[in-house]
Amino acid sequence: MEHRRSIFDRDISRSRADVSLSAFGFLFSELVQQIQREAESINDLEGQLEQIGYGVGVKVLELLAARDRRNFRHKHKLVPCLRFVSTTLWRYLFGKDADRLEKSSEHDNEYYIHEQEPLTNMFISVPREYGALNCAAYTAGIVCGVLDTSGFTAKVQAVTIEEPGEVDKTVYVVKFDE
Amino acid sequence: MALQHLFIINRSGGLMYHQDLQDEAPRISENDWLLLAGTFHGLHTIATQVAPLASSGIQTVESSSIVVCCFQTLTGIKFVVTAGAGTGGLDGFLHQIYQKYTDYVLKNPFYDMDQPIHCELFTRSVVNTIVAFPSSKR
Repeated sequence: MEHRRSIFDRDISRSRADVSLSAFGFLFSELVQQIQREAESINDLEGQLEQIGYGVGVKVLELLAARDRRNFRHKHKLVPCLRFVSTTLWRYLFGKDADRLEKSSEHDNEYYIHEQEPLTNMFISVPREYGALNCAAYTAGIVCGVLDTSGFTAKVQAVTIEEPGEVDKTVYVVKFDE
Repeated sequence: MALQHLFIINRSGGLMYHQDLQDEAPRISENDWLLLAGTFHGLHTIATQVAPLASSGIQTVESSSIVVCCFQTLTGIKFVVTAGAGTGGLDGFLHQIYQKYTDYVLKNPFYDMDQPIHCELFTRSVVNTIVAFPSSKR
């Protein structure tokens, strides 16, 4: 019987090709528009983006583990896992590290990941009627998915921090359950 | 010599975006800008029909006091810039603005096609392009 080469026969660890930024920009824009048509409120919009990102996060972690079988170790402690998210994961998704990872001084199980210019928001100008909508909710969902699959349940929210005179930056607030 | 005004006109002749590019540029009322855009759109279309050889419309209008440069995209959007007489490099300028348009307007999920442009990132990038323009007085 003939053995035809299908996509499942391809080597999973071959180096990935780069994707056009414009292609992602258009695709993400259509995704937001699609959700906008169905969503009932701004929180609903962010929630749906987070849900979609969650699915991506779960799969990305498995993919990274499978690709780097020799060196990849699942992180069993909280802070190394967060560090993995803000460096290795960020580098895989966006080509650079997250700007800063810090622990909250007020709440015990809260951590912040700072990002000056999230890739998702690069081409998006949020009109004033939408208030504090942040489309980086998608990336927040990815982080949530990765953390959940690593065994740490958390709520991740993308918050816009306004800086006077400068572009607003995004902070991902990671709030753990225990 | 310096840039004066930038217009972006949609496929049906409506004014999508207008910006004064320097403080000394002549100013008229909002309505008049809309009329100006519509008139230019009409003239552009007539020129395509009236031209003796196959033409794609008005590209430059030069006079002793002003230069008007127009760039029409394949989709029918017109980018028009007016500047003092003798200003060069307007074509390159319009191409840069077109690139900013495709980036910050077309990829914005909150922008509806052919509507007036109110995207903050676009306005900011237009200002940056103006500042980077070689003979700009600003």
